[in-house]
Amino acid sequence: MYILVTYDVATVTPAGKSRLRRTAKACLDYGQRVQNSVFECKVDPAQLVAFKARLLAIIDPQTDSLRFYHLGSNWQHRVEHYGADPGYDVEGPLVV
Amino acid sequence: MKKHLNTLFVTMEGAYLRKDGAAVEIRHDGESKLRVPLHNLEGIACFGWDIGASASLIAACAEAGVAISFHNPHGKFMAATRGYTSGNVLLRREQYRRADHEPAAVAIAANMLAAKLSNSRQVMMRAARDHGDKSATRAFALSQAADFLAVRIGLLGRATSLDSLRGIEGDAAAAYFAAFPHLLVNHDPAIAITGRSRRPPLDPVNALLSFLYSLLMHDCRSALESCGLDPQCGFLHRDRPGRPSLALDLMEEFRSFLADRVALTLFNRRQLTATDFRTEESGAVLLKDDSRKAVLVAWQERKQDEITHPFLDETVTVGMLPQLQARLLARHLRGDLDAYPAFLSK
Repeated sequence: MYILVTYDVATVTPAGKSRLRRTAKACLDYGQRVQNSVFECKVDPAQLVAFKARLLAIIDPQTDSLRFYHLGSNWQHRVEHYGADPGYDVEGPLVV
Repeated sequence: MKKHLNTLFVTMEGAYLRKDGAAVEIRHDGESKLRVPLHNLEGIACFGWDIGASASLIAACAEAGVAISFHNPHGKFMAATRGYTSGNVLLRREQYRRADHEPAAVAIAANMLAAKLSNSRQVMMRAARDHGDKSATRAFALSQAADFLAVRIGLLGRATSLDSLRGIEGDAAAAYFAAFPHLLVNHDPAIAITGRSRRPPLDPVNALLSFLYSLLMHDCRSALESCGLDPQCGFLHRDRPGRPSLALDLMEEFRSFLADRVALTLFNRRQLTATDFRTEESGAVLLKDDSRKAVLVAWQERKQDEITHPFLDETVTVGMLPQLQARLLARHLRGDLDAYPAFLSK
């Protein structure tokens, strides 16, 4: 399945900056960065559980926010892109 | 159930693959080109003389079950990396025992070859159905070859030695490739094929076939490794240091169904023409670097096609077939299945 993860992490304190870095790293392990704090991830249900647990352990629910959008398996019809850096299709042919 | 995941192809000379978190990052000239999480991949195939991978990436891939293989720019397999030998030692021992026991090896190899011949025959009959009405010579040649293969399939069942199997297979392959030109509906004389040639391939069709077979080999080899079989110890192909004989055995079932059909489609739809190839002074015909990408895309798209598996009766992607057949072979070796059910296309 395809999920979209977005976050806002309060970075007023050094601890906040560290949380932001760790959140981004966790997201990078599971998907591709499409915008600064927006990630598209192709995961199976088990991977999603692990991914969620990892993110929830990082963020501070008092100051930060985290959103998961479930795009399902027909995600191609649900995503439109305009402008620079369209990203890649993780299910399409990957040739570099 | 394992899903059919994507394969990453790297064709950029000078590329360096490194581990970045739980992802593979491809760098070139100090610039990041692509970054893909490893859990989205089942294989990484590199085509080039100057492509490197970091040790930590190789270790992470071994851990995650992602096969890495290195090929020269024309697709010839050069090397593959693997982690510690894993899987079930009892299964591997049984594999060696059967390989050493000729009647057992014949039983497995005969099924694989029967599937190969039957799948080749399907390709011929399909072409005769689709294009036979345009030329009587073609229809005749194709149906003749199909009949020839049908007789050979019958002979395989009665063969008692590996050498006689190899003889029957040789005859059948010769007949198949003799009729192969009739499968092409693109009449450009520049891509005419006269028979199978390799090391080096002497015409564009052979160049493309060799390239596609090496892609298929990558998939078969990693499928066998992932279910704990030794890809080097084959039943039909003799042991030779460095040769993945069992992967070559397993490939036989898929050559015509997967590789040959992709090649025919690319030429018949004129997605590839003679200009996509170049001839070296030695007479070797090679796929041009830019055209390789079109072939890889067609190959990946073919693997996404869904079919019903004739033995498992489940909807599967074509790309899963090597994995499934490797697992069926392991089940046969373990004694769960009386005979190895080789893949038969409909």
